[in-house]
Amino acid sequence: MMASKGARILAYTVRHLYLYKRSLPRLMEVFYWPILDLVVWGFVSIYLSRQEGSLPDFITFFLGALILWDILFRSQQGISVSFLEDVWSRNLLNIFVSPLSPAEYITSLLFLSIVKLLLTSAVMVTLAWLLYSFNIFILGFALIPLVVNLIVMGWSIGIITTALIMRYGQEAEVLAWGIALLFQPVSAVFYPVEVLPGWVRSIALFVPSSHVFEGMREVVAGGGGVPISNIVWAASLNCAYITVSIIFFWWNFKVVKRKGLLAKVGE
Amino acid sequence: MDAIVEVRGLTKLFNGFRAVEDISFDCRKGEILGLIGPNGAGKTTTLQMLLGLTTPTSGVIRIFGLDMDAHRQQILSRVNFSSSYISLPFSLTVRENLMVFARLYGVAAPKKRIEELLAIFEIGALKDTPVRRLSSGQVTRVCLCKALLNAPEVLFLDEPTASLDPDIADKTRKLLKKIKDEQSISILYTSHNMKEMEEMCDRVIFMDKGRVIETGSPDEIKRKYGGADLEDVFIMLARS
Ligand SMILES: Nc1ncnc2c1ncn2[C@@H]1O[C@H](COP(=O)(O)OP(=O)(O)O)[C@@H](O)[C@H]1O
Ligand SMILES: [Mg+2]
Repeated sequence: MMASKGARILAYTVRHLYLYKRSLPRLMEVFYWPILDLVVWGFVSIYLSRQEGSLPDFITFFLGALILWDILFRSQQGISVSFLEDVWSRNLLNIFVSPLSPAEYITSLLFLSIVKLLLTSAVMVTLAWLLYSFNIFILGFALIPLVVNLIVMGWSIGIITTALIMRYGQEAEVLAWGIALLFQPVSAVFYPVEVLPGWVRSIALFVPSSHVFEGMREVVAGGGGVPISNIVWAASLNCAYITVSIIFFWWNFKVVKRKGLLAKVGE
Repeated sequence: MDAIVEVRGLTKLFNGFRAVEDISFDCRKGEILGLIGPNGAGKTTTLQMLLGLTTPTSGVIRIFGLDMDAHRQQILSRVNFSSSYISLPFSLTVRENLMVFARLYGVAAPKKRIEELLAIFEIGALKDTPVRRLSSGQVTRVCLCKALLNAPEVLFLDEPTASLDPDIADKTRKLLKKIKDEQSISILYTSHNMKEMEEMCDRVIFMDKGRVIETGSPDEIKRKYGGADLEDVFIMLARS
């Protein structure tokens, strides 16, 4: 008998969720970093907001950006770290000789990344509210398209990172933590795109997250509404990003099988 | 008897290096076929091609008469694999791990199946233990349970006893033989331990530097070369 597609995807997702039941370091990851981030940057922003001549809504800009950036980061990590879990536990071959297809594997990782980021986001949003009376939902209805765009961009980066680790092994593992940060300066997370030098601004134009954060600031400054143009830009770029990442993964998977590297990841 | 696994002219080049060169063989229903050879002979590469993990440079592989490329999922749901080089997620318990794979393979009545297998391998008492607390021999046995979950028709084992102490290794071999006899599954087994192969295999394939240098039952081969055991013969063949 063969399991259905859905059953296989669910089975593989559950494999990862079991981890949270028993592994303290994994639970820490959900709570520890977000809490530290919020505490440190929350106080920094309170301090700065009290300075004379500071921006109105400074705390909102800053904490909003912090929480949204974390969504992008977690979405990417949800993919590449889940993949690494199987590398570390030498379980990758068990998975790839099972009837779970590569497409189902990726689907399952996408699904997992949502579960993981919902967990951390819930923690961050609640804490920001408790500590600083900051309510992310003031972003209103615009929050949904902004968040979805960040998730999809995180997926694209996560899929490409995973492909690179398959191909280049342990040396590429650092990408799982580093590569999203590479996008941070050009994402204009904590400052408007206009402060960037001209050539960096041209790069930022092609990075979906920069439009998301511009959109967020527009909503905060304008007191609501939906930043249509930013969202359309981000969504169009993301369509390209996710398509390219999937094609890259698919092509890379073929190369990896040709080079016989699947059994060697993590060695 | 029917050939369950057919291999014809299988070749694998890694950057021009011939890891496997033009090998052909069949594995029949209910047979244990051993791939023997020194380190680097191409045994693992051969198994990986059979499992669709590595793409052959040329040649044909058919399992159940099906082509791997076109029928990957169908084939993979009817076979399984274990090796001393793989493990299972450390933080999950034995039972959680096996449940995950039971669901991946769509095993009917998974709880019962898992209990059965754990009992066969005498590790029922460990079912709620996280894998990280098991000895390597115990992990190997859990991996074998995983490999039998879906009642595979073909089992691929890459040096399954390499990390076991002699006593457990011997037990494991006996169990595998028993399972093979009861369920008439085919096993493709690799090892560089000649004694083990002599005990386990109905037929063996000697490989060296990517090539098949001899095929036959252990008895036939010993008779042909006049060696006292396979190890004798292998040393003769490898040095000739
Ligand atoms: N992915 C790979 N890339 C390059 N060479 C490889 C790769 N995998 C195996 N080899 C080489 O192919 C030969 C056969 O290896 P392998 O199949 O692992 O041998 P065995 O399992 O018989 O010890 C060895 O010389 C090995 O170094
Ligand atoms: Mg080997």
